[in-house]
Amino acid sequence: MREITLPKPLQRMQPYLPWLLLALGVAAPVFLSAYDLNLLARFMAMGILACGLVLIWGHGGILSLGQGVFFGLGGYAIAMHMKLADLPDGELPDFMLWSGREVLPIWWEPFASVPFTIAAIILVPMLAGAIFAWAVFHRRVGGTYFALITQALALAFATLIISQQDVTGGFNGLTDFTSVFGFGLSSPGTANGLYWVTLAILCIAFLGLRWLLASRFGIMLRATRDGENRVRFLGYATTPFKTVAFAIAALLAGVAGALFTLHAGVISPALIGVVPSIEMVIWVAVGGRYSLAGAIVGALVVNLARDSVSSAIPELWLYLMGAMFILVVTLLPKGLAGLVKERKAGGVA
Amino acid sequence: MNSTTSQLLLAVDGVTVEYSGFKALDGFSMTLDRGETRVVIGPNGAGKSTLCDTIIGRVRPTSGRVLFKGEDISRLPEQSIVGRGICRKFQAPGVLPMLTVRENMGLAARRDRRWWMTFGIGIPAEDRAVIDETLDRVGLTHRADVPGGQLAHGEKQWLEIGMVLATGAQLLLLDEPTAGMGPAETARTAELILSLGTERTVLVIDHDMSFVEQLGAPVTVMHHGKFLKQGSLAEVRSDPQVAAVYLGHAA
Repeated sequence: MREITLPKPLQRMQPYLPWLLLALGVAAPVFLSAYDLNLLARFMAMGILACGLVLIWGHGGILSLGQGVFFGLGGYAIAMHMKLADLPDGELPDFMLWSGREVLPIWWEPFASVPFTIAAIILVPMLAGAIFAWAVFHRRVGGTYFALITQALALAFATLIISQQDVTGGFNGLTDFTSVFGFGLSSPGTANGLYWVTLAILCIAFLGLRWLLASRFGIMLRATRDGENRVRFLGYATTPFKTVAFAIAALLAGVAGALFTLHAGVISPALIGVVPSIEMVIWVAVGGRYSLAGAIVGALVVNLARDSVSSAIPELWLYLMGAMFILVVTLLPKGLAGLVKERKAGGVA
Repeated sequence: MNSTTSQLLLAVDGVTVEYSGFKALDGFSMTLDRGETRVVIGPNGAGKSTLCDTIIGRVRPTSGRVLFKGEDISRLPEQSIVGRGICRKFQAPGVLPMLTVRENMGLAARRDRRWWMTFGIGIPAEDRAVIDETLDRVGLTHRADVPGGQLAHGEKQWLEIGMVLATGAQLLLLDEPTAGMGPAETARTAELILSLGTERTVLVIDHDMSFVEQLGAPVTVMHHGKFLKQGSLAEVRSDPQVAAVYLGHAA
């Protein structure tokens, strides 16, 4: 695939481009409508998840078709907190009453606490990811088998949530939130604040992963991707590198899920199951799986396209997405990022 | 060389490796002394690569033991075997294509291989001397910043030999180090191995008789997974049994 070189004026601007984008991002609440800002915030949250996929899929060669699970763990954690925070003492969330439940399940109780919820958003997806990845990689299962197992995990997770209607909200998920950490969700100030928090976390994820991919850890990960046997027979245990990368990607997916739930006002099995998990991979395939910036752009572009197409002709989206995926895989293995000439070979950002 | 216990580095002790009835190694035994260079030859399917696989822990023996410095290593995980000082060059060059030559070497030279020590940028100072020295030794200093995948075939082989050296291993297993090389490259490879002198113990598997001749090392002949003969190349060549199974066909 031939790379296109940016036009001269753009090339000269390239060093300032990140700062320009950041300034635009910070100022977005000024010039975007509340609706558009909310969309942008959701897509940025998805960009955080996409960065995690660059780490594991692009640089680790680990294809996960189950990122929705970790996205869901983070999303449900914050949703449970908000359901409880809105309640007067001793009352049950609405959907539990409708299912005829009389007591709060014991594992719901700690989510009334703010620090516990924040810790859960970060730690639960990360630990779940670490334990799952270690169990699979330790048995030397990889490649397509790994992808299929993660796919099955996404299916099982969504099915489990749907089946436990009285404690999870079932198919409808959790929704109708009024406040988070004491801020009313309907106020424009909260919306702007949450947007900036999302932007900040996206920047931290981007910079953190950029460092990680440039570090010796990044080199080990790419080495394991390209020649696991060689690395193993140089005396390295390769499972930890893959497990740590997967846990970090799971953490980012969980944080993304929590932020998405705040912006969308809902988390449900339809957002975390098999199809959404595959869509997440498609964002990254479109944007470029070796490039963090590409993956963020991919998450924004694909979701924007999805939003405009779905609102015009809802049936068309799935076909369009399939076509896009085939086009990218056959013509642009490095995604949109592959079109932009990278400054150095094997460049990281 | 006097084979006292302190001189003995590796002992393959009656090792059998069986794949659903087929014995790739059949009660095979051999020993290597410290500082020795040994060539293993034998017809295709004699079990030469299986021998390497077994020593390095890629294949587990059905019976028998592999003793390294007097310790049975045949059940240890691969990275512990490597950690004890054995490293192998694979038959197909196993360099990492997306990493530069220096990064490849850095990965091999790293003394501390625990994963949590990798959260840092750049090659640690304590590894640099070994990397530079090894790059120089295998003649790839001028190619240090080229991705491994872009090297010529012979250069890939030298890089991988260099990587095996850079691990600091005492026992080097070189599986067909001259595969795909022309005569000039083969001669350079032989020089490289000879330059190690008695500093390392080297086990070489190769088909190329001119290369074996240049190494001038004792030869062990394998046939059907069994030990057949051992001696200098000249002795082995004049052995009628060996000629029958191997050299007779090779000419």
